[in-house]
Amino acid sequence: MNTPLEIPSRRPFDMDTVRRDFPILARPLPNGAALAYLDNGATAQKPQAVIDKVREVYETCNANVHRGIHQLGDRVTVELEAAREKVRRFINAEDSAEIIFTSGTTMSINLVAQAWGRKFLKPGDEILLNEMEHHANLVPWQQTAKATGAKLRYLPLTTDGQLDATHFDRLITSRTKLVAVTGMSNVLGTTNPIRELAARAHQVGAVILVDGAQSVPHLPTDVRDPQIDFLAFSGHKLFGPTGIGVLYGRRQFLEAMDPFLCGGNMINEVHLESSTWGELPSKFEAGTIPIAEAIGLGAAIDYVQSLGFDAIHTQETKLLARAMRLLPQTPGVTIYGPSLERRGSIVSFTVEKVHPHDLADLLDQKGVAIRAGHHCTMPLHDWLDVPATARASFAFYNTEAEVDALIEAIHYARHKFRLE
Amino acid sequence: MNEELYDDYILDHYECPYHKGHIECPTCAHSEKNPLCGDQIRMELKLDDSGTVQEAFFNGKGCAISQAAASILCQHVEGKTLIELQSFQAPDMLRLLKVPLTATRQRCGLLGFKVLKTMMYARDHATAAQTPSPSDESNQPVVATSG
Repeated sequence: MNTPLEIPSRRPFDMDTVRRDFPILARPLPNGAALAYLDNGATAQKPQAVIDKVREVYETCNANVHRGIHQLGDRVTVELEAAREKVRRFINAEDSAEIIFTSGTTMSINLVAQAWGRKFLKPGDEILLNEMEHHANLVPWQQTAKATGAKLRYLPLTTDGQLDATHFDRLITSRTKLVAVTGMSNVLGTTNPIRELAARAHQVGAVILVDGAQSVPHLPTDVRDPQIDFLAFSGHKLFGPTGIGVLYGRRQFLEAMDPFLCGGNMINEVHLESSTWGELPSKFEAGTIPIAEAIGLGAAIDYVQSLGFDAIHTQETKLLARAMRLLPQTPGVTIYGPSLERRGSIVSFTVEKVHPHDLADLLDQKGVAIRAGHHCTMPLHDWLDVPATARASFAFYNTEAEVDALIEAIHYARHKFRLE
Repeated sequence: MNEELYDDYILDHYECPYHKGHIECPTCAHSEKNPLCGDQIRMELKLDDSGTVQEAFFNGKGCAISQAAASILCQHVEGKTLIELQSFQAPDMLRLLKVPLTATRQRCGLLGFKVLKTMMYARDHATAAQTPSPSDESNQPVVATSG
């Protein structure tokens, strides 16, 4: 049932106010440096509203949900279901019963790979992936393919790191049963043509799963336009708590699937030899879910909606444009991935003769937090033919001065490595 | 916090490593990867009959810390016996680097050390598994590889 909820009112985007909403941004680091947090692709910082909400749950209404016949149990259940409704509205799902709370994107995808994949895939069926996928949208499908005899197929990438559309006809066929694709690459920033892939998948009777870990926090998502069958995303990259994530699934698929985890809350009747399953969404929420975190995610969604994706996009594009202009002008720097128009606010790069790990360490000395490594995308790094990259990923609370701090810190690292 | 992490000692070893390459017929060799960051180290030892390291070589790719540490390790182990190296532990390795490493970077600094210890363990294990015979060929090469 969809409960009407107040839609958070829009407020003007004022950078000083926004930055004050995130207490961690103003705190000096242990070494005394000012923080330039450019690792939002790994996890985003939390606004005070989210921190307060989680605290409020523990201070005022902590109880288990859907169980306690007492005032606290009632109140926390109402709060949790309100958070579910906020998620529904945020991604425009038809029914809040289609919103399954999980521990994060990884669990959401594993849930589909096990409960849908292992039940419905048969030998000879094809799962269409591509090399830019995060391990979380790749390894579960490898396991499901092994268990079912389904085959993995890979859409080739163009030289600038986009899905190569010239292969869609050849690879999306009547044998394709699932297209699993990221909304936004966590390394290249590439935003994928979900509309076209959904249409093509549905034309051949396949299902589309979108890994929204990176795209949902930065781009508006509507699971009914284009129609997405499964959408997975995490709370912590969406300025919410860790330990909470979402699986959206179209009702017909969720109903046809068997449970993923079994135990309390997900049953209807239990007998000694057999059981029947509870209604959606409980059927996929065995045990006690992270309650305060789910309610905190609702507060994070309110926060994002109060800023609005137009303002978020404007700010992030400004940052990305500056980074993509200044990075290539910095000696030794190579950036990877498509042009500005085809990517979200992520830029991965290497600095010649400075390993990304060393770079991240030296940048950290200047307070600039980035990620270094293969970012859980080993096949993509094989394709890029580099063992590791450095990645700056921006959020709306980052400033152009922080992009400049990144560039300055790269010069510092090169200096330390006796390169300038 | 660790302003001095990339001091000349580390950078000199990184840029001009000691014994980077291969031994033609190593007595034992082993390689490992740090799956989190992709650093790779292979260690090769040439031992004499008494179990003394005559030569130690490493090869690999990765960050300055992992590569410099492997170079420093090769220099350290030469001339020592395997028995002596048994008491060489992780804190000793970290002390050899002369720079303070955070918990995350210790994985880089200790990769070569870990390869060495795994190789020594595999060698002991293989030697113990061999059926003792009157003409014990204790200097038979044992090659363990992984990663």
